[in-house]
Amino acid sequence: MTLFSDRLLDIVLFLPAIGFIIGLLLPRDNNELVRRYTLAFSLLVFIVSLGLIGTVTANPGGSSFVTDEVWIEYPSIRYHVALDGLSLWLVILSTLLTPICVLISWKYIQKRCKEFYAFLLLLECGVIGVFVSLDLFLFYVFWEVSLVPMYFLIGIWGHEKRIYAAVKFFLYTLTGSLLMLAAIIWLYNKSGTFDLLLLTDMIQKGRLALSSGESFWLFLAFFFAFAIKVPLFPLHTWLPDAHGEAPTAGSVMLASVMLKMGTYAIVRVCLPLFPEASREAAPYIITLSIIGIIYGALVAMVQPNMKRLVAYSSVSHLGFVVLGIFTFTQAGIDGAVYQMLNHGVSTGALFILVGYLYERRHSLEIADFGGVSTPAPWLSTIFVITTLASVGLPLLNNFVGEFLVLQAAMQVNILYAVFASLGVILSAVYMLWMVQRTFYGDTPDAVRHHVTDMTGREWAAMIPLLILMVWMGIGTQSFLPPIRANNQKTLEMVQPQAPAVAATASPAETTGEVRHAH
Amino acid sequence: MNFLELIWLIPFVPLIGAGIMLLFGRGMPKQLVSLISPGAVGISFVLSLGAFVQLMGLEERRHEVVLGPWIEFLKADWGFLLDPLSGVMIMVVTGISFLIHIYSIGYMGHEHGPRHGGFYRFFGYLNLFVFFMLMLVLANNYVLLFVGWEGVGLCSYLLIGFYFHKKSAGDAGKKAFIVNRIGDAGFILGMFLLFKLTGSLNFGEVSAALTSGNFPVEAAGWGILSTTALLLFVGATGKSAQIPLYVWLPDAMEGPTPVSALIHAATMVTAGVYMVARSNALFALTPDASTVVAVVGAATAIFAASIGLVQNDIKRVLAYSTVSQLGYMFLAAGVGAYWVAIFHLFTHAFFKALLFLGSGSVIHAMSGEQDMRRMGGLKDKIPITFRVMFIGSLAIAGIPGLAGFFSKDEILWQTWSSPLGSHLLYVVGLATAAMTAFYMWRLMFMTFYGEGRMDEKTKHHIHESPAVMTVPLMILAAGSAVGGWIGVPKVFGENGFFQAFEHWLEPVFEPAAKVMATHGEHHPSHAVELGLMALSVCIAIGGILLARHIYLALKEDQRPTGGALYPVLLNKWYVDELYDILFINGLSKGGGTVLAAFDRSTIDGAVNGTAWTTRMVSKISMWYDTWIVDGLVNLSAFFVRAASYPMRFLHTGWVQSYALIFVAGVLAIFGFYWWGR
Repeated sequence: MTLFSDRLLDIVLFLPAIGFIIGLLLPRDNNELVRRYTLAFSLLVFIVSLGLIGTVTANPGGSSFVTDEVWIEYPSIRYHVALDGLSLWLVILSTLLTPICVLISWKYIQKRCKEFYAFLLLLECGVIGVFVSLDLFLFYVFWEVSLVPMYFLIGIWGHEKRIYAAVKFFLYTLTGSLLMLAAIIWLYNKSGTFDLLLLTDMIQKGRLALSSGESFWLFLAFFFAFAIKVPLFPLHTWLPDAHGEAPTAGSVMLASVMLKMGTYAIVRVCLPLFPEASREAAPYIITLSIIGIIYGALVAMVQPNMKRLVAYSSVSHLGFVVLGIFTFTQAGIDGAVYQMLNHGVSTGALFILVGYLYERRHSLEIADFGGVSTPAPWLSTIFVITTLASVGLPLLNNFVGEFLVLQAAMQVNILYAVFASLGVILSAVYMLWMVQRTFYGDTPDAVRHHVTDMTGREWAAMIPLLILMVWMGIGTQSFLPPIRANNQKTLEMVQPQAPAVAATASPAETTGEVRHAH
Repeated sequence: MNFLELIWLIPFVPLIGAGIMLLFGRGMPKQLVSLISPGAVGISFVLSLGAFVQLMGLEERRHEVVLGPWIEFLKADWGFLLDPLSGVMIMVVTGISFLIHIYSIGYMGHEHGPRHGGFYRFFGYLNLFVFFMLMLVLANNYVLLFVGWEGVGLCSYLLIGFYFHKKSAGDAGKKAFIVNRIGDAGFILGMFLLFKLTGSLNFGEVSAALTSGNFPVEAAGWGILSTTALLLFVGATGKSAQIPLYVWLPDAMEGPTPVSALIHAATMVTAGVYMVARSNALFALTPDASTVVAVVGAATAIFAASIGLVQNDIKRVLAYSTVSQLGYMFLAAGVGAYWVAIFHLFTHAFFKALLFLGSGSVIHAMSGEQDMRRMGGLKDKIPITFRVMFIGSLAIAGIPGLAGFFSKDEILWQTWSSPLGSHLLYVVGLATAAMTAFYMWRLMFMTFYGEGRMDEKTKHHIHESPAVMTVPLMILAAGSAVGGWIGVPKVFGENGFFQAFEHWLEPVFEPAAKVMATHGEHHPSHAVELGLMALSVCIAIGGILLARHIYLALKEDQRPTGGALYPVLLNKWYVDELYDILFINGLSKGGGTVLAAFDRSTIDGAVNGTAWTTRMVSKISMWYDTWIVDGLVNLSAFFVRAASYPMRFLHTGWVQSYALIFVAGVLAIFGFYWWGR
């Protein structure tokens, strides 16, 4: 039993891969069996992954479930995985969303069922791998592993322009990740290791001296790869196409989990390895993220297509996450990490609901709807609740994250907060416009005939997310403490060693102030 | 029973009611809904009353209950604070809410709503509203107050859009939510600045920090405190419908009338006034920001009253009246008379709830007609409604002895006499009072007096409302009549009861009072005060008589037209149109469209351009490969092949010819050497 509990993380990581292989062996023509199998298997993974929570929360600020073994002798690549407060909830989010994705694809996916569900499990393995790897090479491998199934999910099961979208998605991400690979190899040549913790330690203690130019370019290479994934303005244009064309499950995994790979990696890799470069770049990155917040919201406002609207809203929401990270304050990073989870829950839910509408009306154009609440009162009630969560209504999840991030922005510079708060206003505008035009007013005949209310299976997929929206809004204490402990550690690494760094004194100073207040 | 420890239950009982309604209400009979939902608010009222009485017995009139932490970082707990200010607020909120719930049983009785059984949904939302409103006034910190603040906004949104199949209702709800959001953004920023300054968002701690002496009064120039105060006030202008964010409130009348009475007149819209009063320690330190509050309040008061003069929809008149009266409250707060602002909030809750519910009763009698041009002569047909509205209209017009007189006159007097006030603001307030009397009695005369202008079918249907509606009206009428006597001007002599309201609130407004004292008091004579009072009474009576003259004595074609000003007022100074052009179509949709085009053309253009360039480069490479590199290869191959054609003649495969050539060659070499020598 000890073996089992010690290696729980490895089990959670590779169980989906095993599921993927078994799934490929299933008979091709028995779709029902494939669905049931994948649902059962992904639920099993989810249940097993719940076992991770207790250990990690009992060990705040530390790493749990560490496995560090040689994978390849030369060059020295290690299988080094661990779980901490930063990655815990992201892993749980991934394992939770996979069975949900199976449920929502039940009717939606009719062609090549077996491959679809197999790819879903492979994707799960890939994203979990990204969140737990501590060896940069391993990290890179998982990063690419997650890319492939998503490419096929969009390219095979997407809408009309799926090939364009899939290729765009693939090339965008690949461009970034090749730069990252180059940076990883450069670091290896300098240090002789791919191990993230070792590298961090060497840099913090000054044993690995990078010239400021070197660390600037390395930071940029990593950041570029991550910023594409986030996506940060102006690297975001793959997102609306990918979301617009992807099947519902693809959109959900993409928005809820894969975008977080970018922001997660910024906190995990960029900040500890390149503290100075991060601090110097902060004002520019914050500016880009604020532009993204407003820009995404304004563009969302005029989208006639629901999925594209939600996609642009993601650009806006993720802008808040990046803004929070680069304030370098406790509240800012806490809010950012919390916001990653919130966005995963509420935007995932939005995509699911839009998918439900699509399955009924076979259209994503807002203009094809109207008065949906008359034939489908529960569907519209849930949609409205999710909308309210998404626009940051207090007592629902997004509020806490946005609030902390805005608070931190205010500590750094009042103008950051003022401009970012425009995003809060605009989010209400575009979301309510969509709700208004879709659910209220007269009901056209096409809607009356085709749109029905929620089925039991659809409820089953939504209920966990609805519970989380409320729970994460009210019971922040269930989730925040491990995140906070971990961020504290990250912040210490990113703080200037001597207070002499005048150019970035203000974020540092405010963090100090905040700590005192705390 | 210790009610003070149970104050957290005051909001939570209605929440439970809301939960029952929204989850299980669908299948419930109306009788059960009418029992549970108003019952929940009734329990809250009893709990509030108990707590209020026990609060009066406390030495230091302040009691805090903390249930647990929420956002630790900002010191925002699940904490509740009962003090004189929140005490007044919970009494107003639960009391009026209870009456309006009862009234709604009758009013919504005919409603089936667009979905089957809109009745339960209505009561569910209404209970939810009461929950959030009580959270707002009982919170012990700004963040929890903000929870209530957003929550009431949500319920307002849901209830304005209650008839969601009507496009105008949905639009109005959305407009309310979005306009409020703009204010909320200001409020959030103000909160964060406050946190940055004081290190806490707990009311007690913020107030203590601000009065500790570390923050001097920002008398000279605009500073960080003034910015903070102003940002909070931006939040207040959204919720309490002040210039420039008042535009949502008149449209909010799309909601059912009890909602207009409860949310858009008596309770929610006063949240901004409450918040400013709650932050009096801050506003006292910022005379400039306070002046902004006073000026915005006065400007809103007269602006909205001017629009109210010409509206024909009975509810719209009352809506603009509400905006105007809220302006009065901010005027009072702005000149430092916080207790008067709350006093007016208190009396206004009675008479405005009464007037709205009365108008509801009129609309009910008129089979849904809201246009006053098609009313008239209802006086004897619905006598109870007429009498209560008569009292309410006298109260709001400021006739001595009724509630509105005391609070409004105190506002005018404070505006005149306070060191922060001015005579100009007083004149604006007085002019507003005249307009108020006029538009209210225009409403009364058009509705209840003269000839009936409705069609025969409607006329035939006119009936008085049932007791379940008229009894709450009568209770509110009693409140409107006598509610002001706990705030009688001191000029008539000082007495514990007659100045009870001011004394009760003293501990809450102590921080402001301290600062105000430093401005130096100048006491104008009693003669001035009495003179001004007489003036405002004359103005009120004058307004009523003018309305009577125009709308009762004169025939329709004899009435003054108002010239060019009339269409401007009727169209609300075209502010909605202006906002539409500037913000909705201009900034939002226009900006969005331009940026979306930018996204497609420039950013994606760059991406696709890169792809195109790459493809072109690869095409060129391919061409180069095909024609140049391969071309060379093929060219050499071609030459070799070309060269092979003549050679082919030699390679015939005939041994004889080979032998012949061989012999010829041998002979040739032989000959070369032979002859060459």
